[in-house]
Amino acid sequence: MNSDPSLPPKSSVKPWNDPRVRSAVFQILAILAVAWVGYSLFQNTLTNMASRGISTGFGFLDSSAGFGIVMSLIEYNESMSYGRTFFVGLANTLLVSGLGIIFATIVGFIVGVLRLSNNWLIARLALAYIEIFRNIPLLLQIFFWYFAVLGTLPSPRQSVSIGEVAFLNLRGIVLPKPIFEAGSGAVGIVLIIAIIISLAIARWAKRRQAATGQFFPVLPVSAALILGAPIIAYFALGSPIGWDVPALSGFNFRGGITVIPELGALLLALTLYTASFIAEIVRSGIISVSRGQTEAAAALGLPPRRVLRLVIVPQALRVIIPPLTSQYLNLTKNSSLATAIGYPDLVNVFMGTTLNQTGQAVEIVAITMAVYLTISLSISMLMNIYNRAVALKER
Amino acid sequence: MAVHQPLPDLPPPPSERGLWGWFRQNLFSTWYNSIASLVVGYLLIIWLGPVINWALISAVWTGEGTDDCRPGAACWIFIQQRLGFFLYGFYPAELRWRPNIVFVLFLITVVPQFFPRAPGRKWLALFGITGLPVLGFVLINGGFFGLDPVATSRWGGLMLTLILAYVGIIAALPIGVVLALGRRSEMPVIRGICVTFIEFWRAVPLITILFMASVMLPLFLPQGVSFDKLLRALIGITLFQSAYMAEVVRGGLQAIPKGQYEAAQALGFGYWRSMRLIILPQALKIVIPGIANTVISLFKDTTLVLIIGLFDLLGAVRSTLSDPAWRSVAAEGYLFVALCFWIFCFGMSRYSHNLEKKLDTGHKT
Amino acid sequence: MNSEEHIIAPVESAAADEDIIIVRDLNKWFGQFHVLKSLNLNVKKGERIVICGPSGSGKSTFIRCINHLEAHQRGEIIVDGVVLNEDLKNIEAIRREVGMVFQHFNLFPHLSVLENCLLAPIWVRKTPRKEAIEIAMEYLERVKIPEQAHKYPGQLSGGQQQRVAIARSLCMKPKIMLFDEPTSALDPEMIKEVLDVMIELAGSGMTMLCVTHEMGFAKTVADRVIFMDGGECVEEGPPQSFFNNPQQPRTREFLDQILQH
Ligand SMILES: Nc1ncnc2c1ncn2[C@@H]1O[C@H](COP(=O)(O)OP(=O)(O)OP(=O)(O)O)[C@@H](O)[C@H]1O
Ligand SMILES: [Mg+2]
Repeated sequence: MNSDPSLPPKSSVKPWNDPRVRSAVFQILAILAVAWVGYSLFQNTLTNMASRGISTGFGFLDSSAGFGIVMSLIEYNESMSYGRTFFVGLANTLLVSGLGIIFATIVGFIVGVLRLSNNWLIARLALAYIEIFRNIPLLLQIFFWYFAVLGTLPSPRQSVSIGEVAFLNLRGIVLPKPIFEAGSGAVGIVLIIAIIISLAIARWAKRRQAATGQFFPVLPVSAALILGAPIIAYFALGSPIGWDVPALSGFNFRGGITVIPELGALLLALTLYTASFIAEIVRSGIISVSRGQTEAAAALGLPPRRVLRLVIVPQALRVIIPPLTSQYLNLTKNSSLATAIGYPDLVNVFMGTTLNQTGQAVEIVAITMAVYLTISLSISMLMNIYNRAVALKER
Repeated sequence: MAVHQPLPDLPPPPSERGLWGWFRQNLFSTWYNSIASLVVGYLLIIWLGPVINWALISAVWTGEGTDDCRPGAACWIFIQQRLGFFLYGFYPAELRWRPNIVFVLFLITVVPQFFPRAPGRKWLALFGITGLPVLGFVLINGGFFGLDPVATSRWGGLMLTLILAYVGIIAALPIGVVLALGRRSEMPVIRGICVTFIEFWRAVPLITILFMASVMLPLFLPQGVSFDKLLRALIGITLFQSAYMAEVVRGGLQAIPKGQYEAAQALGFGYWRSMRLIILPQALKIVIPGIANTVISLFKDTTLVLIIGLFDLLGAVRSTLSDPAWRSVAAEGYLFVALCFWIFCFGMSRYSHNLEKKLDTGHKT
Repeated sequence: MNSEEHIIAPVESAAADEDIIIVRDLNKWFGQFHVLKSLNLNVKKGERIVICGPSGSGKSTFIRCINHLEAHQRGEIIVDGVVLNEDLKNIEAIRREVGMVFQHFNLFPHLSVLENCLLAPIWVRKTPRKEAIEIAMEYLERVKIPEQAHKYPGQLSGGQQQRVAIARSLCMKPKIMLFDEPTSALDPEMIKEVLDVMIELAGSGMTMLCVTHEMGFAKTVADRVIFMDGGECVEEGPPQSFFNNPQQPRTREFLDQILQH
């Protein structure tokens, strides 16, 4: 615009009318405002903590915790430090999130596909599942499973037995525990070898196709190999993996692994709730692949199974993956509701008990939030990379 | 050659017609479909029958306490016995006319919003975001004009759930709009601040925010200033929701074609005017379904306040169930709350779904 | 179209004996709606047939029945000696021999142009990959876009996409090609490049069934033109008599309308 001779030369623009000056002033003001808010919060916090006699800093992490935790994946006892409680909680959070993601994905994909079934009854049932579970607060579902279902199970002495190897009672689910004896390592090695051979077969099959056009049923063969070889090895070596089957002794079970009811209820609720969202994502991903794609593939003579695998699934996955990851993130964040029923996750152990005992609110809240922040941001970064890669490939 | 006479329309063959045709196409189209239909149908009848019998037919609806319940039948007595508590929490019974008035006003403002042609809709909306919260606070809290004050710690039940959700939404929406505009700003500092703010609140679980609001907020404030628990929860919820709202609004802003921005500039509108008069009205209209979805998740999220010790609907039922007299009806209790939430959330999601469909066709033609 | 004189020689009588497509009393309903009413058609090997008619007259539905993208409820369709019924093996067998080109191209956006052309030969015909690539490049050359082989469909113009779609079908070496309004989603200058490919294909003796409103194309290459209305065949005949001397008033009305432009 300034090159237009009819306009006054640039130097005579009044500074408060120059967009660049305005924008600079505006931004400086914004920085000052944020800095001022930050500073006064900081000052207030310092004075408040001083007047309440709370010390600052992370020194408390080294002092002894002195409280027990019902479930821990890593070694823990009361004499260990508060820092240790952080890792116990984190591990439990990761455990329930990881298991939840696996189960929710399985259930969600199944329901999402059933939702598209051309069997009216099945499609309706899948719809009913989705509409029921996603419209009820998760916390309520957790309570329901924990208090109204698992809470009404009988005491250990009257346990519900599942084939006499697993038992369901008020204190949780008791499962048999594998005991690895001498020779069980060999079974593991056989499994690894089977996987390597399967990979080799896949490569060989691809090359053979390129040369002769012949197909080799890679999937069934590798499945048989990976499942079959270790089983054969297991029996050939004289069953080196034993099972510690739980047995009732006195008022409780001895042996086996006990899944505490808090974990069971939380996992059940997280799975069913998140699966209802995943099912919707899967459904809309699949229908986003236009009918024309299916028709074009069918018109080329591809049988339905291959149409699905070669044309629909790869396209649907691109639509499904981004919202699916955000559901995974939601599940991880939602696992913090554990605290409501006392499953010892990060929030319950660290932001709950540890905070109550030490009173180090600022530090503990900051650490906990930083954990979730790290998880979220790293996953969204991966997503951005993925999206860019896909966008690059298509347009 | 004779002039061609169009053939008459014939009805489809019997296999395509009527009830049988429908069954054949939808339930028995292939052998595996037939088997699936029969198995699923059988299971449904086997399961659904007893459930309906338990929940409705042989259920006990009225009585004095759990002694009147029958085994093998649902016991809904507690609803009748504890309804006042579920609706109002510890709010004094003789003062409940005050929240009732607010609730009626709430319905008068909100219901017309779902009907585009309702008269005076805009004015009611304006009242809803300005007058109603003030009036509601005066009436429910009391302490003015000779009304007896009622401490927020006595508020509870469905009333509290609605207050949290309503205040959360009307506070989060404007903040969300500002954040969304900021995130699309050309000024890097403003954009940076908004992105950080939005991403931070979206990355952490609501429960940690509520914890923060309840244990850290008092530390942040100058000495002598203190907020009560409810207000702290509201601040936490608002911050959290505004970040989600910002993302929804941003989606709407992105959907407006660039030409609209350019046309607004060409007409000589400045930034704020073009946003207010041209861009935002269009963008907000597109994102109504998204906002409805945010309302649904906010409504579900309000249950979390029970973790920091407030008695919303779920909290009220839960505290009833922890009373030994009512312990045996846990399943019924949670199903009751589930139904309350479900009706609202399902209705809202239908509404947003229909709107989405309408908008979809509106764009194509 | 300007090339009135560029009329392709009629089908050689030797090949003309066998009917490669036989349609008898074909009826189809969409729910209560009777779309196709008692259609009959015999197509000889190498014959080129153009189907036209007003929108909604059932043209697409008809040619989609021929490779069973739509199921019919009454009547008989025999393609290349195979009876079309619900038998999946028959359907797959026929689809191998029948190529189809769609109005909206329907290229697979997640695969490159070359991979689009390789998919069916490899997975259906079990052609070795190397050989499949050679065939694909040959056909991409025939449709004059070998240089685009490694691009993705989204990066091509409409006309280029449609030519890829034709090449993709040809890679299966089909005996019959079906075209459903292949040019109606294209801009005028792109229409020509696609029609040129189709004319060349017609010259090579391919059996073709085209739904199109390109009357110039019909005059140039068609052996027979079929006019459909309301789900039935109203009139059919060789292009000269069909265009110059239509028998039915309905046909005349239709031709007047589209030839006005
Ligand atoms: N899947 C379907 N379900 C119900 N009705 C359909 C379906 N497909 C097509 N129809 C109807 O069948 C009739 C014929 O459709 P068809 O697509 O064959 O017409 P067309 O002659 O190809 O028209 P156009 O020139 O517009 O492509 C139309 O009235 C259409 O509305
Ligand atoms: Mg058509």
